Amino acid sequence: MDVSEKLIFPGQKHETADGGILITKLDDAINWARANSLWPLVFGTSCCAIEMMSAADAKYDWSRFGFEVARATPRQADLIIVAGTIVMKMAPVLKRLYDQMADPKYVIAMGACTISGGPFFYNTYSVVKGVDHVIPVDVYVPGCPPRPEALLHGMIALQEKIKNEHYFGKKAEKDK
Amino acid sequence: MSLLGEDIVTEDGEFVINMGPQHPSTHGVLHLKIWLDGETIKRVQPHLGYIHRSIEKMSENLSYRNFIFATSRMDYLSAHINNEACALCVEKGLQIEATPRAQVIRILMAELTRLSSHQLWWGCTGLDLGAVTPFFYAFREREAIMEIMEETCGARLTMNYMVPGGVMYDIHPNFQKRVKDVMKQIKNNLHEYFEILTGNVIFENRTKGVGYLSKEDAISYGVTGPTGRASGVSCDVRKWFPYEGYDKVQFDEILDNCGDCYARYMVRMKEMDQSVSIIEQLIDNIPEGDFQTKTKNVIKLPKGEFYQRVETARGELGVFIVSDGAASPYRIKYRSPNFSNLSAIDHMARGAKIGDLIAIMATLDLVIPDIDR
Amino acid sequence: MTNEEIKLFISAHIPAATFDESGEFLNVIIASEELLPIMKELRSNRDLEFDYLFCLTCIDWKDHLMMVYHLLSKKHRHVIVIKAKITDVNDPQIETVCGIWKTAEFHEREVYDLFGVKFINHPDLRRIFLMDDWEGWPLRKNYVDENMIEI
Ligand code: SF4
Repeated sequence: MDVSEKLIFPGQKHETADGGILITKLDDAINWARANSLWPLVFGTSCCAIEMMSAADAKYDWSRFGFEVARATPRQADLIIVAGTIVMKMAPVLKRLYDQMADPKYVIAMGACTISGGPFFYNTYSVVKGVDHVIPVDVYVPGCPPRPEALLHGMIALQEKIKNEHYFGKKAEKDK
Repeated sequence: MSLLGEDIVTEDGEFVINMGPQHPSTHGVLHLKIWLDGETIKRVQPHLGYIHRSIEKMSENLSYRNFIFATSRMDYLSAHINNEACALCVEKGLQIEATPRAQVIRILMAELTRLSSHQLWWGCTGLDLGAVTPFFYAFREREAIMEIMEETCGARLTMNYMVPGGVMYDIHPNFQKRVKDVMKQIKNNLHEYFEILTGNVIFENRTKGVGYLSKEDAISYGVTGPTGRASGVSCDVRKWFPYEGYDKVQFDEILDNCGDCYARYMVRMKEMDQSVSIIEQLIDNIPEGDFQTKTKNVIKLPKGEFYQRVETARGELGVFIVSDGAASPYRIKYRSPNFSNLSAIDHMARGAKIGDLIAIMATLDLVIPDIDR
Repeated sequence: MTNEEIKLFISAHIPAATFDESGEFLNVIIASEELLPIMKELRSNRDLEFDYLFCLTCIDWKDHLMMVYHLLSKKHRHVIVIKAKITDVNDPQIETVCGIWKTAEFHEREVYDLFGVKFINHPDLRRIFLMDDWEGWPLRKNYVDENMIEI
């Protein structure tokens, strides 16, 4: 898959003498813009967070795909990456952060812990058995911890998902 | 919400704020409740448990082979050393020793881990204090070490490489060459670390004389590792209670008497040199032979109590196994270095400004899952 | 001091103390009521000077609870393990050692949280890891949790 091809504006280009005209659907234009500048709220609680940091470093460099504005605050965040075990005490905090984010918002569950409560910890008294008990998840990235490439793949999968959303017209009605 | 607490003003005019559990500069899920008078800290109260995964309870149901793997998730930046501590403790119970080859491999892996952990800490300290560039420099070398780990252990972060009796697999044929390359790279690049951060005026102002911890207090609070050594406490387990043949390699225990954030920073920086030197002494002298002593499939420790301590990148990790003769431990206690180190934060932060708290936390080098276990 | 001398010293203070040297360290088993005076003595005596409490925990032996204190002297480099037996499992209580070693404050809160041992005179005895409204003491052997699957 050629990355540069995916970043091309979705629609038709007509070159004119003094520039050009773009013709596209409003849905496509909005989705194109949104998918390519996803700002994550990093919610790293444990080991997976370190691999998430690796994904941000110069070698894996998630800024290539528009993720570089990673901050630990729900303001202006489009996406929350839950990386690490969620325990009962943390669950209300996570819920609160999720509620504070502005719509539309997406969730990536990174690592075995967020998917099912972990490779070991699923059977203990304090661990939430999967973050989807607390907030809805869009993309699951399995692994313990997932490699940075896996996280990048998960994020690109999310972009794919966003590009197929509808805001206007009949399809949007149906989605509701 | 009662759980998070509200920011309030107390009767005598002190302002109470909550920092964390999700906060840009606590990296991890530490929750600090801070009493402020203006900008001066009156009291800090850590609230823990936001990542309490009950590893100790869980281990009571796991076999002696399996419980080790949960510990790589405790202090994940020193995953190897955690595994090593457990493996050593089980070996102590079985009264066996790892093979000479395994011992040397373990030391090499432990020191590589220490290097990568200190590098990550250095990058994050920069981030916390407002410098983004160190992060990218630190990860350059860290990634190189991770690649070595991946080749030999098959994982980048949670390696699960140490098993009772030795190591899980033999080292990769490329191991020695790559380690030597990386050591050369680190030695060439270490001066950049100093150039970027150490002499920086802002950095020095924010760390020098901040967060002082005296020697007596450090001992009383049980502070160990580079944090303790920066206060002048000689506490390197590798020197005090040598394990795995650390007594046969040459290295210095770095001590500093200043006890402030800058001292803690310098101790860690100098420790990187020592780790490089340990690795260089051993990399060409890995003995031939087996990488694992034969152990039974189902390990059963004799009745009794076994305590083993090791020096992780953050301090003294103790593993305390109580066995009743069954195939899984009766009780396991991890004496985690971060837990004790954190208990001194209130003492260190009193009277400081709120911005100093960030510097104190950064130089304590906390890993929260190790505190909560 | 050698283990023999430490033994003599402790026997002089607590005649009922029993010793166990089968393990790596010298273990001293005493009753929970006798804990505080001997701990103070161990810390302040010039020849002992156990200034570093490196591990504090509890073991649930079903019919009694055993508090375990690992002590080290930075100066003399000797190690000792003090075990205090708490016989009342329904309402376990013991004196705090916070005043002697500051690190004990957090470790005792942990033991309170997971075993339910109440530390008398502790400055701030609250749950440390679990929520305040949590019920039960998870590391006790008789703790049941409906979320956990029996293995
Ligand atoms: S999935 Fe594995 S690496 Fe990730 S948080 Fe859980 S235990 Fe840690």
